[in-house]
Amino acid sequence: MMEIDNKELENKFQQKIDRDIKIEPNDWMPDAYRTTLIRQISQHAHSEVVGMLPEGNWITRAPNLRRKAVLLAKVQDEAGHGLYLYSAAETLGADREQTIDDLHSGKAKYSSIFNYPTLTWADMGAVGWLVDGAAIMNQVPLCRCSYGPYARAMIRVCKEESFHQRQGFEIMTKLAGGAIEQKEMAQDALNRFWWPALMMFGPSDADSSHTEQSMKWKIKRHTNDELRQMFVDVTVPQIETLGLTVPDPDVKWNEVKGRYDYGPIDWDEFWQVVGGNGPCNKERVDARRKAKEDGKWVVEAAMAFTNKRNSKKSA
Amino acid sequence: MTTKEALYNYTLRMGDDSLILGQRLSELCGHGPILEEDIALTNISLDLIGQATLLLDYAGELDKDSRNKDQLAFLRIEKQYVNILLVEQPNGHFGDTILRQFLFDAYRTALLERLSTSKDKRLAGIAEKSLKETKYHLKHSSEWVIRLGDGTEESHLRIQNSLDKLFRYAHELFYENEVDNLLIKEGIVPSAQGIYPVWEKTVNDVLEAATLSLPKNNWKFQGGREGRHSEHMGYLLADMQYMQRTYPNMEW
Repeated sequence: MMEIDNKELENKFQQKIDRDIKIEPNDWMPDAYRTTLIRQISQHAHSEVVGMLPEGNWITRAPNLRRKAVLLAKVQDEAGHGLYLYSAAETLGADREQTIDDLHSGKAKYSSIFNYPTLTWADMGAVGWLVDGAAIMNQVPLCRCSYGPYARAMIRVCKEESFHQRQGFEIMTKLAGGAIEQKEMAQDALNRFWWPALMMFGPSDADSSHTEQSMKWKIKRHTNDELRQMFVDVTVPQIETLGLTVPDPDVKWNEVKGRYDYGPIDWDEFWQVVGGNGPCNKERVDARRKAKEDGKWVVEAAMAFTNKRNSKKSA
Repeated sequence: MTTKEALYNYTLRMGDDSLILGQRLSELCGHGPILEEDIALTNISLDLIGQATLLLDYAGELDKDSRNKDQLAFLRIEKQYVNILLVEQPNGHFGDTILRQFLFDAYRTALLERLSTSKDKRLAGIAEKSLKETKYHLKHSSEWVIRLGDGTEESHLRIQNSLDKLFRYAHELFYENEVDNLLIKEGIVPSAQGIYPVWEKTVNDVLEAATLSLPKNNWKFQGGREGRHSEHMGYLLADMQYMQRTYPNMEW
């Protein structure tokens, strides 16, 4: 009996998805849909929060007052995105502190791009332009994701990401048109972030374990390779506009296909970084863990204070 | 000293206080005790950098060497910075950060309230705009001082230690010299001594609610307003000035 009921619920659920009706927190959903979303949304939240670190690395050294203020505002936005996303995960029954502890223990993943170091000011340009640019490619389709709270969070996030992408490109424009040292700095940042940015779309379709089911549930609307191609097609002309060189000799316009061809991605590097062997994996997670451990007494104090005031009120 | 010179000095002091405290807080971005607080501290840092921008921009217009705001912010040598010692003190733990902020916010709010009616329209405008932000900063830091003071035994001990350590730097908030004398006489700025009772009341009220007590050691550090800084300042500037010093005369 139970089995038949579940089958029927599942059918109704899939019909809603097929008709583009949003799934809301109190609606019935298959356990696997819930688990997939919790995994994806909390990973996304962790990426926003860990992503504060590589850019945070340059706030104190920003070259002028305006750049300092803009970078602070940008990194603060990322923290805000983290908050919306943890809240969206909570609507599915996830516990925020538990998901954060999973990040700290290494159980939960986050976007591998943040395991690369930011070595010069130009990296603030490259990260904003390429990393936020790739994030937009990934996230714009998520605004139509079948799960309501995630889709709505993404609408707001995308508006801010688009501002971030423009500020990154603006930094690059200034550098590319500047002194020789600045132009070299810009090219070097592009060289280091180009391939990791392409890897942000995840493994190629043939190796992506979650894509098929996620597309059926309309959590995902495009495959990893489709999104990667879109990113290359948009970004190559921007590199040319800047007067910089694409760090891939195989990038060529393909007349027949109407898109750019590009060279092979080093998937060994990708899996190494995902597996914990990127240049900064340990530093990033350690920094997050330290923030929580250092803040433990603060949280305890705030709770104790609230309890005292509440008991005074009720007394 | 002319009024213009005095006004330059006064604006520079305020600009440096904002800049150096904003710089200190910006070190914490991404490392706050909880995400909500990370956002709050970054926001305060951002407000302070914004206030520094307005103040140093004005100082630059009054400067006899016509330096712009970025040249003032990034290209002076240490002894030309005239911020108080309090704001350059390291972030320490969260209690240190909050207590430093509270002592400053209580003073800054009282100062800006009076400056917003200054005869100098430019300064009055900056003060009016900044006051809205600073009132919020004071609310935030006061609430945390109370929470930590009246929270757990550990938090009480920690923030009491922060108070014992940092209160010695508070006296310098009320430093006055011929710059102030001249500008007070012309009705451009309030007297620091006149702000003191307002500050003292805010501090006493909050410390009482927080069950904290003023330190018995009432030693008073000063020197920042005259360009004599603590050992911490050189490192802060090395970090902040890195780009401008490494790549001179470039646009960013």
